[in-house]
Amino acid sequence: MQQDFYIKNWVKIKNGKVSNSEKVIFNSSETDLSIFFKAVYNFLELKYPKFHKMDGLSKLGILGAEILFREHKISPDTALILSNNASSLETDRQFHESISSFASPTLFVYTLPNIVLGEISIKFKLQSENAFFVSDSFNAELLKNYSESLLTSGKSSEVLCGWLDLENGEYDVFLCLVSPEINMPFSEENLKKLYFAENEKPTSRT
Amino acid sequence: MLKMKNLQAELKESIIEQLNLEDMKPGDIENDEPLFGDGLGLDSIDALELIVLLEKDYGIKLTDPAQSREIFGSINSMAEFIEANRTQ
Repeated sequence: MQQDFYIKNWVKIKNGKVSNSEKVIFNSSETDLSIFFKAVYNFLELKYPKFHKMDGLSKLGILGAEILFREHKISPDTALILSNNASSLETDRQFHESISSFASPTLFVYTLPNIVLGEISIKFKLQSENAFFVSDSFNAELLKNYSESLLTSGKSSEVLCGWLDLENGEYDVFLCLVSPEINMPFSEENLKKLYFAENEKPTSRT
Repeated sequence: MLKMKNLQAELKESIIEQLNLEDMKPGDIENDEPLFGDGLGLDSIDALELIVLLEKDYGIKLTDPAQSREIFGSINSMAEFIEANRTQ
């Protein structure tokens, strides 16, 4: 018998606005990324000093995951399936600049997009499947198929999947928690609907 | 004596800035407190940043990685090593 899965909750972070499936939970006109990230960190009353050492992509991942996970008791087998367009380019550029004087070890360790998966796994004590895909634009089919295969095979009881992009100071985050618990049906159509809703400038670079 | 105190204070500020220890102030770091492990809780990437800091700010290039365990033991040991080996 085919099992159905649902989008239990979702989070979007874009243009200073942080929202979940119910409402906008934080809004700021701050354009300086590090100040914005710290403001959200403070708003969520996080106590995680390692956060301040992370690059922008990992900070976005931690903030998004925190919003989704804090209301639910998550299982250590919760998988992470993320995607974006810019890979780790924002940090790659910063590291490249640092080479001209003293190459920064701290920046170097973040010059891969999948580092954010490790950071989320450490923070939330996950021991699970994970993957990070780089594609031109939001690919609902890929996220749906990959997540569903993990859920139906029993490798994961829940999946955090979505889009986590950061380039030139612009961030575009849409993460959702997929579960057997009933809510919005987990489908390509609903993923697209949620990602593109109130998203005047979806990430798309070819 | 004053010179050493100034260097210790300078090191605390540099470490906080360089390692993004945002929730810490220089006064939170004791001179004899271990920087790694149970003390300040720094990790292996922080150790690499401290090696960069020594070269960038004091012109000291560490050639023997085994030295770093002793040098980065505390603010006191770092300051003593810098004072004895600095080129700038």
